Amino acid sequence: MPEVEVGKSAGVIDCDIHPTLKSELDLKPYLSQHWWHYLQTYGQRTRQALIKGTPYPKMSPAAARRDAWPENGWPGSDLTLMRRQHLDHHNITMGVLNPLHPSGGELNPDLSAALCRATNDWILENWTRHEPRLKASILVPYEDGEASRREIDKRAGDADFVQVLLLSRTSEPLGNRRYWPIFEAASEANLPVAMHVFGYSGYPITNSGWPSYYVEEGANHPASCQASIASVIFEGVFDRYPNFRLLVIEAGFAWLPALSWRLDKLWHRMRDEVPHVKRPPSEYIKERVWISTQPMEEASRPHDVVSAMNDIGMDRLLFASDYPHWDFDDPKFGLPPALNAEQRDLVRSGNARKLYGR
Amino acid sequence: MAYFVAAEIDEIRPGQRKLVQVNGRDIVIFNVSGSFYALHNRCPHQGASLCDGLLTIAVTSKEPGIYDFDETRNVIRCPWHAWEFDIRTGRSWCEPNRFRVRSYKTEVESGEKLLEGRLAVQSYPVRTDDTYILIDV
Repeated sequence: MPEVEVGKSAGVIDCDIHPTLKSELDLKPYLSQHWWHYLQTYGQRTRQALIKGTPYPKMSPAAARRDAWPENGWPGSDLTLMRRQHLDHHNITMGVLNPLHPSGGELNPDLSAALCRATNDWILENWTRHEPRLKASILVPYEDGEASRREIDKRAGDADFVQVLLLSRTSEPLGNRRYWPIFEAASEANLPVAMHVFGYSGYPITNSGWPSYYVEEGANHPASCQASIASVIFEGVFDRYPNFRLLVIEAGFAWLPALSWRLDKLWHRMRDEVPHVKRPPSEYIKERVWISTQPMEEASRPHDVVSAMNDIGMDRLLFASDYPHWDFDDPKFGLPPALNAEQRDLVRSGNARKLYGR
Repeated sequence: MAYFVAAEIDEIRPGQRKLVQVNGRDIVIFNVSGSFYALHNRCPHQGASLCDGLLTIAVTSKEPGIYDFDETRNVIRCPWHAWEFDIRTGRSWCEPNRFRVRSYKTEVESGEKLLEGRLAVQSYPVRTDDTYILIDV
């Protein structure tokens, strides 16, 4: 990359943009006759009780910005509008597409694998091949480690894919061995694994049952991410796969330093329970975990946010917009004004360039 | 401060809103049951266009389980993060003293009266048989 003067960063790298299918028909060309027929006949089943919709109603239609609806179709389904409203408007030089539907959490493991493969093909042919600023995540059927490995192996080496994507609420803690093929294949392909919040584990989002309100669901995503980070550390994933790198998306970030302190404290006392964990947990976090800025923390004393960012490390934070969703962060106005030019450049593009090797 | 003619009255029907440019500023005008309210069209949070938001009523509650709708408490919800702003004052619902949008005084006046010079109005071609919405900028 050409050298850029500090504070004059040429643009923004956005690690979280959500493309949406216009309809299920978009996937038809990429599904076998069997799976297309199956989908029409039986539909999808995820690990929650409802056939359609989500356990908590969203606070805006399609959970989207109200100004992000194209003339026809869903927010995130129209490349022309995405270019004009987001890529051009915010000078996004690289945006990573993270499709959330269909998720890799489909209950039928073979349908899940077929849908992920079809979605990845759809992304290539309809998005990244048309718009060089857009890159994509490899969507994997993450509840099936071996099927995920096959999908990663198939996509490895295609420069349009920059990371592997799974959702945070896996059916077992993320460090469990059933998920290891994902980490192994991603490490071999030299791709980070991105864990985006949401998905349905089959359990309530809190460990004491179902909260009453959507506002609580939003508040509890960081807790499930904390459990996943603790799991990959204590199950020994970082030691076993030295090239495994984890990017946490859409969980906020200010909780990460406190998690590091607590894990270190516990490890000091109970290290002999997990002797395969060689180093203080905080060191794995400092060196192997990246975290997205969105939804940006907003403190009553704004400088406290910068302190939290410094505690995590200014080299660990990646800008994410979440376009076109309602909790979108604007790259110009969403970051703390108190960041100096060098810090802003790192968060808006430098760290992502390094993590993705671009 | 001076009044600017912002729109003809028929351009903004009850329940509708319109984005206008007045003296170089983007201002959104709402018609709520025949009354006009004008706000600077930029959310103080991250800059979204308030004109694209949902005009609604602020729900309040005396205690859990009670939901009160006072139809006079109109708020515009930002299209991005749904922050609510009182369209009369521009103050945000959650932190009224910390976050507010500039609000502008509005007047409705006939073209005839405007030509008589009842208000100090910036020059604007008006017709005597029309009625206009004015904003004090």
